[in-house]
Amino acid sequence: MTNFPDIASIRKDFPILNEVIGGKQLVYFDNAATTQKPRIVLDALSGYYEHYNANIHRGIHHLAEKATGAFEDTRRRMQKFINAPLSEEVIFTYGTTDSINLVAQSYGRKFLKEGDEIIISTMEHHSNIVPWQMLCEEKGCVLRVIPINDEGELLMDEYEKMLSGKTKIVSVVHASNALGTINPVSDIIKKAHKVGAKVLLDGAQASSHLFLDVQALDVDFYALSLHKIYGPTGMGILYGKKELLDAMPPYRGGGEMIKEVTFEKTTYNELPYKFEAGTPNIADVVAAKYALDYVDTLGKDNIAKYESELLKYATDAVREIPGLKIIGQAKDKVSVLSFVIEGMHHQDIAVILDNQGIAVRTGHHCTQPLMSRLGILGTTRASFAVYNTIEEIDSLIKGLHKAKKMLG
Amino acid sequence: MTIKEAQDELIEDFELFDDWESKYEYIIDLGKQFPPLEEQFKTEENIIKGCQSRVWLNAYMDGELLKFEADSDAIIVRGLVSMLVKVLSGHTPEEIASADLYFMERIGLHQHLAQTRSNGLASMLKQMRTYGIAYQAAE
Repeated sequence: MTNFPDIASIRKDFPILNEVIGGKQLVYFDNAATTQKPRIVLDALSGYYEHYNANIHRGIHHLAEKATGAFEDTRRRMQKFINAPLSEEVIFTYGTTDSINLVAQSYGRKFLKEGDEIIISTMEHHSNIVPWQMLCEEKGCVLRVIPINDEGELLMDEYEKMLSGKTKIVSVVHASNALGTINPVSDIIKKAHKVGAKVLLDGAQASSHLFLDVQALDVDFYALSLHKIYGPTGMGILYGKKELLDAMPPYRGGGEMIKEVTFEKTTYNELPYKFEAGTPNIADVVAAKYALDYVDTLGKDNIAKYESELLKYATDAVREIPGLKIIGQAKDKVSVLSFVIEGMHHQDIAVILDNQGIAVRTGHHCTQPLMSRLGILGTTRASFAVYNTIEEIDSLIKGLHKAKKMLG
Repeated sequence: MTIKEAQDELIEDFELFDDWESKYEYIIDLGKQFPPLEEQFKTEENIIKGCQSRVWLNAYMDGELLKFEADSDAIIVRGLVSMLVKVLSGHTPEEIASADLYFMERIGLHQHLAQTRSNGLASMLKQMRTYGIAYQAAE
């Protein structure tokens, strides 16, 4: 693509961007919560329901075969997207949260015992805290937390000190949803492996911005959600190394995950099906392939480059707002800009921006322990995607000046 | 002033504003003028936690009448809280428990009540009614 970013043409792919909110053109800066969906994803969703809706894997009829084919196509597409060695290492889940719970409930319950340690970090989303707390409570394991500095970067020395033979799982966020920090995951993984611990990366935020290669990272588990990568809601994946997934018991029982059922004994299906009990979210899985195609057609490198230009422009621009402090000033960041403004409550800022058609997110971003570490109740967060523009950032700045005037 | 009259008065006040900006400037003003809740009442017991902002609600009986004092750390929510207090405070528990509240919708602010988790306002309203029911039962 020579003329990237041709944002005008990219914007045409996203019908929702034409929405008018209270007489104002929508400015959508809540991409870290969920991205909007391009037309090809919407068409794939309705195309599935209009032409080949059927339950998969069992039916001996044309529709069922077509639906099964499309469903499994997405698995192979996903495999390529994260560069997994095998397609059966891609487990479809309801999203990142579900994927983390799968590992905690299956791997964790089978392999962890009292006194074992799980390491997470201060900047984790509640989804990467609570499943481990539940496991710790049940098994008597110990949860340890890597501290951060004031810029919002992990203190790697402290992490190294925490590692020991007791460490069984290290589960950290690849890129922080609240701060934007990109963590040094390769280093984290190498160090964890030295003490024999397994590593899970929460890739919910990273996956739309960063090039993913689970083999190069040598990561044991990777969790992500498609709705943050321009895909449908309600689906995600868990990648796991085959030898680990094979050793893990299923944690949900039902159809699809069985080989043979008698009342005396049930034998389980093989990977990936043993973790996919029940009728899956077929339509969304089928449509997800088109989201990945869309991203790869634009080129992840191009997207990342453009988004970092947006982030840089916005970071420089917000500094002109008096009393504004950027929360999260790590050297490496995805396009997430979190800030507080002295004397102004983030919710008030959001209400004023909303009335100008600007969608941002405010609050604790499901990272309450991180907010307490930073000594704040919440932030205002603008997060950028490939369809956002410099002009939209100018609208945000204008909107913030207005908020300042009204609330100050 | 009855609950109905207080609501109608607010609706009339807001009819003066024809754009969002002046409407919110007015709410912000109401928030600024609303007397803050004394620190002693900003207790864990009185707090109503939303995802975004915090609201405190203190209730007490003054003779036959149930009275409310409230506060929020966000100024717009504070303004909205002041309106709920203006409408509901100083009536009998029966009146509060059974009040038909329509002013937020008529003013075009009902989205603030719909955001259950985000601002605590809907929870505060529910709590005010619960006090009404509780004091009614206690009588």
